[in-house]
Amino acid sequence: MKKISGKLRLFASTAALAVTMSSGAAMAESLVLYCSVGEEWCSAMANGFSRATGVDVAMTRKSSGETYAQLKAEASNPKGDVWWGGTGDPHLQAAEEGLTEEYISPMLEKLQPWAVSQATSSGNRTVGIYAGALGFTYNTEVLEDKGLPVPKCWADLIKPEYKGEIQIANPNSSGTAYTALASLVQLLGEDAAFDYQKQLHNNINQYTKSGSAPAKAAARGETGIGINFMHDGVQQRVGGFPVKVIAPCEGTGYEIGSMSIIKGGPNPEAARKWYDWALTAEAQEIGASVKSFQVPSNAGAKVPPEAPSLDTVKLIDYDFKEYGSSATRQRLLSRWDDEIGSLN
Amino acid sequence: MRRSQWFWLAAGWIGFALLPWYDTPLSDDRTWSLPALFAGLFGSAPWLLPLLVPLLLPIVYLTKDVHARATSLTAAGIIGIAYMILQGFAFGLNGWSWTFLESLLGSTDGFQNGFGYGANVTLFSFLFMLTEGLAARGWMKGDRFVTGAIGLVIGTILFFVFLPVSTILTNAAIPDGEQSALVSFFHRMTDQDIWSLSCISENRRCGVFWNSLRLGVLTGAITTLLGLAFALVATRTNFPFKRGLRLLTVLPIITPPFVISLAIILLFGRNGTVTNFFADAFDVAPSRWIYGLPGILITQALAFTPIAFLVLIGVVQGIAPSMEEASHTLRANRWQTFKYVTWPLLRPGLANAFLIGFIESLADFGNPLVLGGNYDVLSTKIFFAVVGSQNDPGRAGALAIVLLMLCVGAFYVQRRWLGKKSYQTLTGKGDSGRPSELPRGLKYVCYATAIPWAIFTLILYTMIMFGGFVKNWGRDNSFSLDHFAANFGLEWTDFGLLWSGRAWDSLFTTLEIAAISAPLTAGMGLLTAYLLVRQRFAGQAGFEFITMLSFAIPGTVIGVSYILAFNTPPLEITGTGIILVLCFIYRNMPVSIRAGVAAMSQIDKSLDECAMTLGATSAQTVRRVVLPLLRPAIVAALVYSFVRAITSVSAVIFLVSARYDLATSYIVGRVENGEYGLAIAYSATLIVIMAAAITLIQFAVGERKVSRRTSSDAVKQEVPA
Repeated sequence: MKKISGKLRLFASTAALAVTMSSGAAMAESLVLYCSVGEEWCSAMANGFSRATGVDVAMTRKSSGETYAQLKAEASNPKGDVWWGGTGDPHLQAAEEGLTEEYISPMLEKLQPWAVSQATSSGNRTVGIYAGALGFTYNTEVLEDKGLPVPKCWADLIKPEYKGEIQIANPNSSGTAYTALASLVQLLGEDAAFDYQKQLHNNINQYTKSGSAPAKAAARGETGIGINFMHDGVQQRVGGFPVKVIAPCEGTGYEIGSMSIIKGGPNPEAARKWYDWALTAEAQEIGASVKSFQVPSNAGAKVPPEAPSLDTVKLIDYDFKEYGSSATRQRLLSRWDDEIGSLN
Repeated sequence: MRRSQWFWLAAGWIGFALLPWYDTPLSDDRTWSLPALFAGLFGSAPWLLPLLVPLLLPIVYLTKDVHARATSLTAAGIIGIAYMILQGFAFGLNGWSWTFLESLLGSTDGFQNGFGYGANVTLFSFLFMLTEGLAARGWMKGDRFVTGAIGLVIGTILFFVFLPVSTILTNAAIPDGEQSALVSFFHRMTDQDIWSLSCISENRRCGVFWNSLRLGVLTGAITTLLGLAFALVATRTNFPFKRGLRLLTVLPIITPPFVISLAIILLFGRNGTVTNFFADAFDVAPSRWIYGLPGILITQALAFTPIAFLVLIGVVQGIAPSMEEASHTLRANRWQTFKYVTWPLLRPGLANAFLIGFIESLADFGNPLVLGGNYDVLSTKIFFAVVGSQNDPGRAGALAIVLLMLCVGAFYVQRRWLGKKSYQTLTGKGDSGRPSELPRGLKYVCYATAIPWAIFTLILYTMIMFGGFVKNWGRDNSFSLDHFAANFGLEWTDFGLLWSGRAWDSLFTTLEIAAISAPLTAGMGLLTAYLLVRQRFAGQAGFEFITMLSFAIPGTVIGVSYILAFNTPPLEITGTGIILVLCFIYRNMPVSIRAGVAAMSQIDKSLDECAMTLGATSAQTVRRVVLPLLRPAIVAALVYSFVRAITSVSAVIFLVSARYDLATSYIVGRVENGEYGLAIAYSATLIVIMAAAITLIQFAVGERKVSRRTSSDAVKQEVPA
């Protein structure tokens, strides 16, 4: 037995490796994270958590609509532990359907009131982690070329001079556009809001599928003005495009980016650990370091200077419970389809 | 008993008595790591013991006559499969899967995991016992290979296509509020949103059905014609840059999604390079004409022409020269020969290419998403019915049914057009003919079509490559290698080489999955094509349609349906690499099938019969006669399935996991974040890798030799030296 053949040795070492690896995996705690913000922010968060707690994070990034669809599909045998990020409505829907777990974090008292109210209105099945207000992203070069004034209010957008210069997403596909629809309804009243949108329709060049697309189109000059969450516009500005972001003067709606623990996930312990950690000031400051300028929900976290400060923006008293409910949503969306979406 | 019958019986016993029956253990209970026999006898899974009946049945009948043995095998197969599937589905992780069973048999605290090695081996051996038994009873002229192949293809397609797809389609009948299932279904299927024709009479939008139909027909026609032009230029002319041309036509197929759409926007968008040039030079006001039908058509034509080309080139090459030669001998001129001989013989190729173009266009999701503007099509509607803020699975199901109906329609029209004519020209008879050159006029038409398109493609790709090497595409065009460094950085540390780039993981996983799934896809596809063209059995048309099913449905729907179907026992494979491989096999198989069908319908059956008469089995005939003649189809199938596994995006969005993340989901993440540079740098790398792989495949499979000369030689020789 002097010589062990190469293949055998390889086999033996692979087997040994496999054994050590599997036993190693059994010892280290792990967490399956479904993440619904940008790739960079997601991986920065996952790495930050691993560094802080030693828990192994397996992260998958999908949009909030996709994650919600996945949670529903996996409901009989959940594969994920925590769903972090993404606009609040699908989190609320998941809570309504019992796909997510109730948890009251000790960190709750350190949060902004809007984040806490997100938790209370869902029976503590979800919580706010950041906020972003709706606004206009406009391309300074395009407006200058065409000699157009900067739009300051919702009322400006329906002026005929902006014909073909405005983009907004389709509320049937985008949560951002649904937030805009619900905001207008709360701001103007339902009938007036639909009248307004019919007038706005004359100026719209495209209803995009994705909510952040108008900001990107404005960045590249494909449209003059985009209606979207302000942090999406700020991201384009930081990326070097000639855009500016403004909040409408009449007041505007906002989203609460949320986080939920998935019911029946494989690592409930680690999930709660993540939940508490993600609400700390340090964890919430990670966003700004990777060019995501949402407003953090931890009152102690530094608000990045680039972020559109929520203090200067006139926010409406957005009723998340009413406008997040399936019934209202269905009604508004089908009315939008009939009165706006089918227009040519 | 025959040797193969013994083999499958033994395999059944091995799976039952030696291999661990279940998937990874859920609890400490040792039942879960035992073979079924012991888990049934001593563990807590007594429900496995009835499987002894089908396993013992053939042994009991061993001494009886041939017919009785065959019947016992058939019965064993049917009983075994039926019992395994029933008990697998009836009883899952949390006890009974169906509530009526609970009310019938009382509640239970038992549970079981998904199928493991043992269960899978036994299931397959039951399947082949069944086909062996059927063959021994004289079905398909007693051909064991053919019955086995039919069993394998039908069985797996039912399981991996029909089962998941039906979970989505049945959603269309989910009761909506107070309404009954039937009424809800009817309402959803007759929605104005789908069928409305009001764009003709008044200033409103037309239904999404009409949009999709128009797009599909236009894309199918354009890609077929472009593909034909390229195929004719490549095989029937002495065009000097043929190789370059071929490479260019393949480029779009190996381009990851979104990249073409992005390039189109940067060229033709309102602020695009070309648009600005025309605005400055000719005072054409910049507009957004590209968003909508024109944009989708251009990108789809770019993306799907290569597939039409790959299908058509096989057919063009496969037309045996003797027919055209005969026509020449009878004093027909080139044009007459083309019109009356070559063109009719091209029909299977044209029909198959059109069908693929049509269906690809309907199922395409990425291009309408980026460039669609306000032009809604079924695939995007379905996607947003599933994941959009509307979140209405019932609507998604109804729309998916409409999409399928469109595909059935196209499929039916294609079959009617082809009719029952024969397109076989490759007979065993010797011919020394050379393919005739194209008529002059037609040649110039082909040139005029193919060359501008090739130049257009070239410009686009230069732009794309350029985008990977500049700081911020379209904005700050200074040279930079940052994007490549971020994706594919390598560092030398004290512990050795560190793959520090962010894209390495997904790149390796992608290549691994693609390399595994490509040969399996091509194999299954060609086998199916063989069954469709060469064999006749009851229900063949239905069988053919089911094979097209997974292709016609948008990837997203397939993705969700795979989770719904395979997240729980008996087959629990979500989050693994296996689910990706299976999804790719069954989703990309239809193209292999089409390529195989088109190529095989040209090969005269007398060649098979000849081999059979000389004593070859059908398996040998396939290997020694049919396969070598199918080389172009094999290349097309392998290339397509490899490339699609790398570039497909919508199907895998739901199937990727942290461990098995794919290149496309990384790219889409970047695009969503507006980091086009990173996305393009990654795409450029993938393009280079895929081009290398295609060359390798072509080299490994080799060219088909129909006569002693290769087709390119033949044309060259027509030019007097």
